[in-house]
Amino acid sequence: MASLTVTDEQVRATPAKVIQPAWVRVMHWINALAMILMILSGWQIYNASPLFGFSFPREYTLGGWLGGGLLWHFAAMWLLMINGLAYLVTGFATGRFRKKLLPITPSGVLHDVRAALTFKLGHDDLTVYNYVQRLLYAGIIVVGVLIVLSGLGMWKPVQLYYLVMLFGDYPTARYVHFFCMAAICAFLVIHVLLALLVPKSLRAMIIGR
Amino acid sequence: MAKRSFLIPGVDKRLLIKDSIKTMPDVTRRRFIAGGASLGALTLLTGCDVVDSSSAEEMLKSVSKFNDAVQSFIFNPDALAPTFPESAITKPFPFNAYYDLDDAPDVSAADWKLEVRGLVDNKKPWTLDELYKLPQVTQVTRHICVEGWSAIGSWTGTPLRDFLKLIGADTRAKYVWFQCADKDGYNSPLDMRSALHPQTQMTFKYANEILPRAYGFPMKIRVPTKLGFKNPKYVVSMEVTNDYKGGYWEDQGYNSFSGS
Repeated sequence: MASLTVTDEQVRATPAKVIQPAWVRVMHWINALAMILMILSGWQIYNASPLFGFSFPREYTLGGWLGGGLLWHFAAMWLLMINGLAYLVTGFATGRFRKKLLPITPSGVLHDVRAALTFKLGHDDLTVYNYVQRLLYAGIIVVGVLIVLSGLGMWKPVQLYYLVMLFGDYPTARYVHFFCMAAICAFLVIHVLLALLVPKSLRAMIIGR
Repeated sequence: MAKRSFLIPGVDKRLLIKDSIKTMPDVTRRRFIAGGASLGALTLLTGCDVVDSSSAEEMLKSVSKFNDAVQSFIFNPDALAPTFPESAITKPFPFNAYYDLDDAPDVSAADWKLEVRGLVDNKKPWTLDELYKLPQVTQVTRHICVEGWSAIGSWTGTPLRDFLKLIGADTRAKYVWFQCADKDGYNSPLDMRSALHPQTQMTFKYANEILPRAYGFPMKIRVPTKLGFKNPKYVVSMEVTNDYKGGYWEDQGYNSFSGS
């Protein structure tokens, strides 16, 4: 990674480079809002019939009761789905996914995980994702697709029976939906924590540079 | 299970409300419960005033209506619910209501008659013996609750569309509205398209035995393409109508289509 290291002076000297194009920033924040609405209303729905021996604290749920949670969930799903689809299409069409997220090699991931754990992973050039970022960002896209497919299957188990079958059966689709949510929450914690540790990445996601 | 999501959690509050709604006339009671649900929903926008919250609710309700329109546009209303082998049946099949089994309607077979009302040629009430003589079919399908749990059961009875034909129902009407023996008047509307769905059934038996009290004796309407709360138990009457008459849970905010 040493070759990628750039000093702060060099960064300032070069004309401000767009790190995150406008479409990424807009879709990122719409997705952030949609995800939070989906998670909080989803916790409300979960509480009506918990899969495990715990419920989510009422203060962190949306909708007041199951009926309200469902209304929120089935409203915010449009935001999540339309924005998500637009993101996938634009990501593939502009080549951003290919350029930014590929390749993901096991050796690259191992190297960067080790570097991260020893605090040697550089973040000087924010336009290039390290292997840990590539893995997490690509992984969370896959999780996003899975949570939408399992959710659609649970929403319309008769009409979208083939989606339910993809996961085995209805109860399994529920578990998949839950664990995808858990994965997204875990991602969210790491993602926010790292953005706060490297504030210029947060700035780039807001103003682009 | 449904009991828990019925009103704002907190035992004291619920008991208090429960006691007080008992003293209200039926219509007022339903409105109050609906109001309770929206009051609960107010807390969802912490920091916003009541006006904002109610407009958020209006927005959510219109999205819900929009969803119904999208669904009826893109989905095939005659799609069949998946069926399962008998070995897949959930044992024991759960009893579910917003009350305990002890409080479930205890209908006397001898006194019970199915009332038929509205846009039908023959409004003669039906005794259980008369209904039992109609041709019956069995289905093993998955019951899916609005809460998310599900269970596979075996239901036997007469396809509702055959019965509607028999009584000369106007099948161009919009709804079949069911009323139940529950003491607080459970009821639920079913859109005509779903009422005519080949798997929609007037159910008299569960697992080849006369429908037990827990599952809705003497008659349940089994609609495998709808969520559980649209599958009324202890049915005492059906009305073929063009009017949307609301329903026990529908009035509290569950989407009335709630089709799967």
